[in-house]
Amino acid sequence: MLRFIARRLLETVPVLLIIVTATFFMIRFVPGGPFTSEKAVSPEVLRNLERAYHLDQPLWRQYTTYLGQVLHGDLGPSFKYPNRTVNEIIADKLPVSLELGGLALVVALGLGLPLGVLAAARRNTWLDYVASTTAMLGVCVPTFVLGPILVLLFAIHFHGFNASGWYGPADRVLPALTLGCVYAAYIARLTRGGMLEILGQDYIRTARAKGASELQIVLRHALRGGILPVVAFLGPATAGILTGSFVIETIFQIPGLGREFVNSAFNRDYTVILGTVLLYAAMIVLLNLVVDLVQVWLNPRLKFE
Amino acid sequence: MAASQTLPADHADQRGFGNPDPSAAVIRASRGKARSVNFWRSLFLLVGVVAFAGCGKRETLVESGNRTQVLHRSVGQDLKDLDPHLATTAADYNVLSALFEGLVAEDPVDLHPVPGVAASWDVTDGGLTYTFHLRPEARWSNGDPVTAQDFANAFKRVLTPALAAPNAPALYLIRGAEDFHKEREKDFAKVGIAAPDARTLRLTLAHPTPSFLSQLNQAVWFPVHLASIEKNGSATDRANTWARPGRLVGNGPFRLEAWLTGQEIVVTKAATYWDAATVRLAGIHFHTIEGVDTEERAYRAGQLHLTDALPAGKIDSYQQEAPGQLRIDPLLNTFFYRLNLTRPGLRSVQVRRALSLGIDRNAIVAKILRGGQLPARAFTPPGTASYTFPVTATDHAAEVATARQLLAEAGYPDGKGLPPIELLYNTSENHRLIAEAIQEMWRRDLGVEIRVASQEFNSTLEARRSGAYDILRSSWSADYIDPASFLDIFRSDSGNNFTGWSSPEYDAALTAAGRTAVPAERNALFQKAEALLLAAAPIIPVYHYTHVFVIRPEVKGWNPTLLDHHPYKTVWLEAAR
Repeated sequence: MLRFIARRLLETVPVLLIIVTATFFMIRFVPGGPFTSEKAVSPEVLRNLERAYHLDQPLWRQYTTYLGQVLHGDLGPSFKYPNRTVNEIIADKLPVSLELGGLALVVALGLGLPLGVLAAARRNTWLDYVASTTAMLGVCVPTFVLGPILVLLFAIHFHGFNASGWYGPADRVLPALTLGCVYAAYIARLTRGGMLEILGQDYIRTARAKGASELQIVLRHALRGGILPVVAFLGPATAGILTGSFVIETIFQIPGLGREFVNSAFNRDYTVILGTVLLYAAMIVLLNLVVDLVQVWLNPRLKFE
Repeated sequence: MAASQTLPADHADQRGFGNPDPSAAVIRASRGKARSVNFWRSLFLLVGVVAFAGCGKRETLVESGNRTQVLHRSVGQDLKDLDPHLATTAADYNVLSALFEGLVAEDPVDLHPVPGVAASWDVTDGGLTYTFHLRPEARWSNGDPVTAQDFANAFKRVLTPALAAPNAPALYLIRGAEDFHKEREKDFAKVGIAAPDARTLRLTLAHPTPSFLSQLNQAVWFPVHLASIEKNGSATDRANTWARPGRLVGNGPFRLEAWLTGQEIVVTKAATYWDAATVRLAGIHFHTIEGVDTEERAYRAGQLHLTDALPAGKIDSYQQEAPGQLRIDPLLNTFFYRLNLTRPGLRSVQVRRALSLGIDRNAIVAKILRGGQLPARAFTPPGTASYTFPVTATDHAAEVATARQLLAEAGYPDGKGLPPIELLYNTSENHRLIAEAIQEMWRRDLGVEIRVASQEFNSTLEARRSGAYDILRSSWSADYIDPASFLDIFRSDSGNNFTGWSSPEYDAALTAAGRTAVPAERNALFQKAEALLLAAAPIIPVYHYTHVFVIRPEVKGWNPTLLDHHPYKTVWLEAAR
């Protein structure tokens, strides 16, 4: 297993290098630059700015300098936030995104798994229909609809929560619910499908014949195999939750990295774009590795190779 | 989140949260019947509890702010930096003016220059020399006196090329400043800035400039405390981290308390400020909320005293339900189209004027924008420092008739034979609606078919720079209240012209206006220039913006000002009893 992990980690290096290189050159071909604005700066100021950030050097030189910096763990200065470094911005914003993503995952699993298991165990009863319909609704209602509805209800109507902001623990509730619900819906559908497949298998019939209670069958025998599709989904989903929280961050004014990521592209803040892309790429690669490990652990038919 | 004890239990029920009565649910569950029904009972119970807790009557930020004189205002996007010399957007001024004060300050009603750090000033040499007498009681937030040398140091810092201050050219008004900034002159002593003693600052201008004092109210003219900056590194290093809580030393009515990036900037009243007795607010929270819808919801949830903007779709409902909270203030900002004069078709002045006349501005303002905007038939908004370009309001049918005639004169009767034209705008719902309306007006009334296209904002700026456009949506806001702040951008040597139009006559009129002190003569020269601009039509003004926002009635002293500047020392909160 260790060899497997080591090999996968080694493979990550060229992947990240390709991503950084492609991003570095692609963003330079995008029209506009970090210092353009409605009120144009004078040519002298532009020259001074480019000199300050070494943008006056040849592109290949900037590229090698950047790679050298990255190897030393330095992602460079931000062009838009003059006195902040990219490292500082990420250190500032990533924990917020991680917290939001983590809470949303808890909500997603906490709601999705029981709903899916329930629907499968009571297949084709009204309970199943209600659970499936709820899940379908969850898949269909986008976060930018659900978020404002929750805010209207719980912040504006009942004054129980803030409509936006990220100050106290209470401010975590609505964003985590909003982001979590959508994924809960997917998880419920996947769990139901996975469980149904397992519940139809011979070993379940054997367990039943031996007199195992319904609860035992579902929780002890079927669940482990039934959630395999969920685990496979969780890898990309976790990455999606962590990187794709831009909408939620905007709706609730959360100072997370997702907003920084999108804004940096609009701002042409080259170093912030590169830093966040690199971070997200590394996160996705790692999460996929974790998912693979968990899958092998859950499914005895799979082996490390 | 505090749960209220006083709320009746059936409150949640009325709101449709199921039966919140716990005893009923518990008894049914214990009977062990109808398990699935009980599941739903429990879920309703849970939701009921959440709703119940949510009903708690907590004190909102607005309420606590009213009690403690703390203003909660939203300023839109977060600031990039609190260094006044690196500020780029107009919104930055709204935070920086709480932390810093220049030689002059602004009158809270019409923003005319009033004494700031300078208690008085003399203008000599025919308007060339300004001698400022600094008040002895002016203090930095660390207790140091604010001296003339502080201002001299600040101006030198701005003009030092290494800092790459975006607005450094604003200081070119000072004699020798341009040469120093453009590195044609290395000796700063040649720049017209002198501090003969701690209380006297003498600025010598390159040429007489009647609007000089008004122009001083931009962040780039604010003083900085050099010693405290240098504690954190070189004063001309952009990466210097001095402008942060705990380090920033300012001289404004407030001091920096906290900056939660992406959330809020908190300032509290500065006891060291020379006019602290006048300041009534104990503090201000500048909430940096990006989404206008998010902002409006935060306002309704009692988190904000006032918003930065209001989504156009909400104007009607506020007008009906809370007209007292809706504010539509004038703003020195014009929406216009730039025309690329190097493009065939648009080379013809008749075509350009015809296109301008073919726009039914009243319809755009009344049917699309609906926020009290003014139709723009001139570039400078009316009432810019006593200047209004005289526009003869003709009815649109007459304008269309003239436009058709001009098109025919240009050799394109009914638009026939006109080379293809594309209207480019930066992606935005309003810009699209306006572009499509104008496309239809030109098609219907003039027979001119155009294409409309949109690009992301930064890409349109690149199209503007490289001239890769036919017609480009643009806007311009004033930096200071003076027609020159608008008209100067179409001078031949302006870095913001981008149309390819130049007129020596226009430049001469503006140069003369810039040096004329008599208001009537000055306005006449501006009028002459603007008439030339409109006749040549390298631009098509469409409308003058308004500032639409919502504000709680408790906020006092929040005057409608043309630049959306609000000197905070005259603002206070007064809750209705």
